[in-house]
Amino acid sequence: MTVTVERGGRGGRGSRRGPGSRGGDVVEAHHHAKGSRRPRDSYALFLLPGVLAFFAIIVVPFLMNTGVSFTEWQGVGTPKWTGLANYRELMDDSEFWASFRHSLFMVVAMAAVPTVVGLVLAAALFDFVGKHFGSRTVAVLRACFYLPQVLPIAVAGIVWSWILAPENGSLNELLKAIGLGSLQQDWLGDPDLALYTVMGVMVWVQIGFPLVVFMAGLQRVDPQLYEAAELDGAGWWRRFWHITLPQIRPEIYVVLLWCTIAALKVFGAVYVLTKGGPGGATNVPSYFSFTTFFEKTQVGYGAAISTVLTVIILVLALAGLKLQTRAEDAEEGLRV
Amino acid sequence: MTAVRRYPVLVALFIGALFMVLPFLIVAVNAVKSPAEYSSNGPLSLPEGVYLDGLKDFWERVDFGQKLVNSVLISGSVALGAVVLSVLNAYAIGIGRIRGRTWVLAFFVLANMLPQEALVYPVYYLSKEAGLYDTRLSVIIVFTVIQAAFGTYLLASVLGQFPREIIEAARIDGANKWQVLWRIVVPVSRPTIGVLLVFFFIWTWNEFLLPLVMLISNDNQTVSVALGVLQGQRLMDATMTNAAALLGVLPALVFFLVFQRTLTRGIAVGAVK
Repeated sequence: MTVTVERGGRGGRGSRRGPGSRGGDVVEAHHHAKGSRRPRDSYALFLLPGVLAFFAIIVVPFLMNTGVSFTEWQGVGTPKWTGLANYRELMDDSEFWASFRHSLFMVVAMAAVPTVVGLVLAAALFDFVGKHFGSRTVAVLRACFYLPQVLPIAVAGIVWSWILAPENGSLNELLKAIGLGSLQQDWLGDPDLALYTVMGVMVWVQIGFPLVVFMAGLQRVDPQLYEAAELDGAGWWRRFWHITLPQIRPEIYVVLLWCTIAALKVFGAVYVLTKGGPGGATNVPSYFSFTTFFEKTQVGYGAAISTVLTVIILVLALAGLKLQTRAEDAEEGLRV
Repeated sequence: MTAVRRYPVLVALFIGALFMVLPFLIVAVNAVKSPAEYSSNGPLSLPEGVYLDGLKDFWERVDFGQKLVNSVLISGSVALGAVVLSVLNAYAIGIGRIRGRTWVLAFFVLANMLPQEALVYPVYYLSKEAGLYDTRLSVIIVFTVIQAAFGTYLLASVLGQFPREIIEAARIDGANKWQVLWRIVVPVSRPTIGVLLVFFFIWTWNEFLLPLVMLISNDNQTVSVALGVLQGQRLMDATMTNAAALLGVLPALVFFLVFQRTLTRGIAVGAVK
């Protein structure tokens, strides 16, 4: 999960360019002058292996999964067509609703909080530490914040479940050592607390991604803007609010979109930290579908859960990309 | 700004950074304690000496060397395969400008966003039918395609900006499309391709759900899966968990130090693109 989102940093904004820039028209004109052949299309051969592989590995399994969601199937024998029965059952399944409610908590922990904290940190590092203490210090600090992002989520889970262990865990020992023994908790085992603990771990995991993307974005902001604002007597917060934020708005969109999608997909952390427990207190859709597939072997029902998750993610993704393109177009219009 | 106000901010940032790396430090400190020392002094004391038997025991018990080999093999093959596939796709889309390229590109983007939960059962079922279940090859094939979805997307937009004059000149000199791709486009795009290789390698290394489902035998498991499963079984005592954590952290740390430049540059490339 952690790393998947990095794709957003680079990916999200590429669509603006690519198709339809000047170079292509020159080539087309050139070919049209030569004759009515369409030599362009022989490039399609290069796409052949990719498209075939995609059909086999992504399109076919995805369609199968969607098909199975309309059936009752134990993974062996012939699936029995039941139409929308699985989806109707989902609507009444409190476990299903709980898992999506927990997803919203994950969105807070993995998208909202890291974006806000990442913005403040990025601005502080870029505009303040960089200016007064040099780029070395910035690089060291940034590396520290980014480090959890390269860690496999399974390993992060092991590290944290050991630190958060109720007996002999480092956090509880630390609380005891500083005289706050009464605050000791069974961090991951208390049903009222476990979700918040997982959220805390996810903030730790996620924070480096927005930070690095925002810092990269800040590089293209014209330093004169800051200088002018400073001359006008604008304080740090006002510069942050009126210059930093509007200037890196595209990055903010990308980060929010990708982190939200990553939050909806979160699986490894829940598997390793809590296995959805205690008593379903930290169950999320992806873990719910996983256990339904492989532990309860209700494949049809599991497929229905994952189909709902997919629809939500695709709708979000399309809406987000649309919003982003529109924002970029508007911005480009302003600049011209 | 005066020095009086300057330093508190810096101190606050360093405390934040310390909090981020503290878990790593605690793990490292405790992984070299003996079980007796751990149980008498707790996790917060400094180690009295360096005790490596815990790490050695754990290494042998889970055959960690084999897990490392599996992870390197799978991640390396995926990185190479996915880059080749991405280059071919992006060549057709970004430079070939084939008809319907916008749709093809949109298709790759959406494929990239699809949650793996929506693929996992059919992939599991089909690989069983094909006799590929519980083989490293199955995981390599699946991730090559999944990673290539992102690679196609990024490379297509990079190649869309490729200077046409160079290609036209080569074509006039008699180079065919294949030669243009390998002799001109690939060498010129080497920085982006390098970034993709590193990212694909690390992403695949960190993958959890699909390898967890597909690789059940001990001999085929990756580092992530082996550690995740052990943790999930709740069979490890504190010292063992610690050894597991340290051995899991170390490769990630090595990648981070080796590739730090590429990682930050990669993110910068994308954010600007």
